[in-house]
Amino acid sequence: MGRMISLAVVLLGVWFILSGSTDPFLLASGVVSVLLVVIIAHRMGMIDEEGFPIQLLGGLILYLPWLVCQIALANLAVARTILAPVMKIDAGSAWVPASQKTPVGLVVFANSITLTPGTVSLSVLEDRIQVHALSRKGLEDLQRGEMDRRVCAVEGRR
Amino acid sequence: MFMAVTALLVLAMATTLVRVVRGPTPYDRILAVNVHGTMTVLLIAVTGYLTDRPDFLDLSIAYALLNFVGTLAALKYFRFGHLGDEP
Amino acid sequence: MSTLIDVVSWVALVAGGLLMVTSALGMVRLPDIFTRLHAGSLADTGGVALILLGLVLQTEPGLNTLKLLLIGVVLFLTTPAVSHAVGHAALLGGLSPDSSDIDDSQSAAS
Repeated sequence: MGRMISLAVVLLGVWFILSGSTDPFLLASGVVSVLLVVIIAHRMGMIDEEGFPIQLLGGLILYLPWLVCQIALANLAVARTILAPVMKIDAGSAWVPASQKTPVGLVVFANSITLTPGTVSLSVLEDRIQVHALSRKGLEDLQRGEMDRRVCAVEGRR
Repeated sequence: MFMAVTALLVLAMATTLVRVVRGPTPYDRILAVNVHGTMTVLLIAVTGYLTDRPDFLDLSIAYALLNFVGTLAALKYFRFGHLGDEP
Repeated sequence: MSTLIDVVSWVALVAGGLLMVTSALGMVRLPDIFTRLHAGSLADTGGVALILLGLVLQTEPGLNTLKLLLIGVVLFLTTPAVSHAVGHAALLGGLSPDSSDIDDSQSAAS
């Protein structure tokens, strides 16, 4: 039930951002549409911890600043590789262990890997992820497992 | 000054088109089209500021969603030869 | 104060534009599909974030700020999925991710 209410709040927020009007008729049609969407999604069984993972919100807020720092550093590194007059590429791929317990946690981990320039997740299995990296250093950093631990911490906070 | 950003974005988009034309694999082309689309989203937003018409941001959101679905559909069609309606 | 905000936003906008050009250059220069994925994610993260930051600083706080943030959220949720899908499809399509150790003479010619 809490999950349905939070979904309704998020949808109402998006409706208001997109319409930007406080006209009572528009607001009322917004409420009706949101209720319809929530009811239909509930009937389809889509509002569970995978379809609308609001339970990760607290952990994600703590995790995002660290991820943004990593992305900024990786951006500089990849830009330097591309702009170097003589490109030195020691690209390669390897399997990185993933110790998340839920599918949503695994998705967060794989997306974090892909979002960081210089590393891309190629295929995702239940306990490991195949990663392609632009430099061996990026691969070694991932295999040391700091990002893995932090995503597990995101999962753990409920 | 928005002019400078617009010029940089158009330059980047033109350069990306080189990869779309050259290929060599279809994946390269799809990836390049997707990056081109991401740049288009920002170009639409910046154009809105350049011409002082903030309504362009709505077009930007719509294009961001279309770009995502379009790329995945193109990828799926290339891989399976249909979009899932055949047995 | 507003001059400072202006300066920061122009720096962010121009840096974002330059990062976009860098990413496009990488799309052309890098030797194979898997390394080009990294050039693409350069535009999807750094370029998008910097340009949107510059635009947010140029906007009066209000509805348009929220719309810019919504664009950012949508792009940050969808672009890694596309990168992963392209990489996975290329892998299934039989391209080898380990053969991209190419020296510079070849990549200049490609």
